[in-house]
Amino acid sequence: MSTILLLLITGVGLGALYFLVASGLSLIYGLMGVLNFAHGSFLTLAGFLGWEVGRRVSDGTWAGLLIGMLVGIATGAIAAAITELVFIRKLYNRHIEQVLVTVGLGLATVALFEGIWGSDPIRIAKPAWLGQTTNILGANIPNDRWLLIGCAALVLGLIVLFLKKTKYGLIIRAGVENRTMVTALGIDVRRAFTIVFAIGGAAAGLGGVLASVYYGQVAAHQGTSLLIYAFIVTVIGGLGSLSGAAIAAVLVAVIQQFANFYLGGTGDLAVVLALAAVLLVKPTGLLGKKTTH
Amino acid sequence: MSEQQQDTAVLSVRGLFASVAGQQVVEDVSFTVADTGVTALLGRNGVGKTSTIKALLGIIDRTGEITYRGSSIDKLPTHRVVQRGIGYVPEDREVFGSLTVEENLRLAILGDSGNRETVDRLFPELRQRAKQQAGTLSGGQQQMVALARVLMEQRGLLLVDEPTKGLAPRIVTEVTEALKAVAEKTPVLLVEQNLQVVRDLAHSVIVLSGGRVVHTGDAREFLDSDLVHRYLGVTAGKDDA
Ligand SMILES: Nc1ncnc2c1ncn2[C@@H]1O[C@H](COP(=O)(O)OP(=O)(O)OP(=O)(O)O)[C@@H](O)[C@H]1O
Ligand SMILES: [Mg+2]
Repeated sequence: MSTILLLLITGVGLGALYFLVASGLSLIYGLMGVLNFAHGSFLTLAGFLGWEVGRRVSDGTWAGLLIGMLVGIATGAIAAAITELVFIRKLYNRHIEQVLVTVGLGLATVALFEGIWGSDPIRIAKPAWLGQTTNILGANIPNDRWLLIGCAALVLGLIVLFLKKTKYGLIIRAGVENRTMVTALGIDVRRAFTIVFAIGGAAAGLGGVLASVYYGQVAAHQGTSLLIYAFIVTVIGGLGSLSGAAIAAVLVAVIQQFANFYLGGTGDLAVVLALAAVLLVKPTGLLGKKTTH
Repeated sequence: MSEQQQDTAVLSVRGLFASVAGQQVVEDVSFTVADTGVTALLGRNGVGKTSTIKALLGIIDRTGEITYRGSSIDKLPTHRVVQRGIGYVPEDREVFGSLTVEENLRLAILGDSGNRETVDRLFPELRQRAKQQAGTLSGGQQQMVALARVLMEQRGLLLVDEPTKGLAPRIVTEVTEALKAVAEKTPVLLVEQNLQVVRDLAHSVIVLSGGRVVHTGDAREFLDSDLVHRYLGVTAGKDDA
């Protein structure tokens, strides 16, 4: 019982991390049809900068972590907005080129990060409490999972609120469904593109700092490895669906945890099988709809 | 085209070409739209009526001269064309199905408030359905949303593509009446297969065949002539089945 609970909550914690990356991917694809392979780099850069600033302010404390998270969010948002404005916008509606550019950016930035911070992971200090566990019904849950779950839930809530309550949220929801018709109502949808990139980048940036807490390290390839799972989550959830991404993130991470524990470390295989199963039964993903671009 | 037509044209199109998926679907099309009432754009299925409208709006790539109220709009992206005052009611409605009726209307407001009163007066039913998801509306109700959406702002010209397509006769009448009321204030370029509706609404016609304009002139004269048979494949004076 306690093992199941431990795997479950740990899984949800990891799912929270996946969601922070996948939410942006899904919104960006949903609105613009762009598969953003540079998304992992937003995460990694935010992880590094958040750590660099946080440790200088106050290493291994809550204050340092909080500063790091804020820096990470800002870094992710700015990096993503610049990427959209400088690279993606010029290739409006040219999807192959967009993919090539984001793949190129992803590869080049990892090399750049290795050049600056080295290719070996750097251990980081975190607030003591996050390294401890809390006993829930006999299961010793690592405390950092609570932080991850809380942050992801907050991000989900904020994005939903933004989409539901603001004019740009309305434009984005409409644009995910039928972008051409949004422009045919006289709306310059490109501004919404930049906003979606910035929101996705901010979430990934927060994910970058939290990933460094989760893994206890920052590394040049941290974003890239998370990006793979985030893409799987995005596809399973349904490209363009935020709630789909949230559900799929938890599902994928929990399946991964259970398979790793009970089926001899086959977590990654189980995730790929889950992906295949969903694609066979419902090719548009759990909550995905057909969209018109 | 006569000089007088030129003077009173809200839109004039010269040498319009457009292609979709590498195929030329609009070829050297020229016409004018009068600045009052309804001008009908007619032609058999697949002649390029929808493509012509989409080319005017820049939804598909186009070349040629398009002048709207004296200024050139042929280089503008779609949202700028619409911001100039051209409203678009697409074939098959294209309402946002996952948004509510109210959200569909709110999205179309570019300024501060929008023409609520006009829309409420023309389509009282939509008010009761404000919170309903547009995707769950009937075809007729969706058409009302598509029309209401475009009327939320003041327009200088409406491009309306087959608004009665697939609707029951009673709803066709409703839509026709709404369009008639709208056209009293705003000029309309109307694509329409139902010739009774054309007869009710349009003062003049532009007829396309094979991506080209083959006839322009008075609506009644055209509808009562043999040209109807030649270009639309139906018998003169009879209603479209
Ligand atoms: N996306 C597309 N890909 C390929 N061909 C297309 C596409 N859209 C339109 N066409 C072709 O362009 C031509 C003109 O189409 P268009 O929709 O403009 O005709 P239409 O006059 O509006 O027809 P209808 O009365 O059936 O609505 C047709 O031959 C059609 O097959
Ligand atoms: Mg058509």
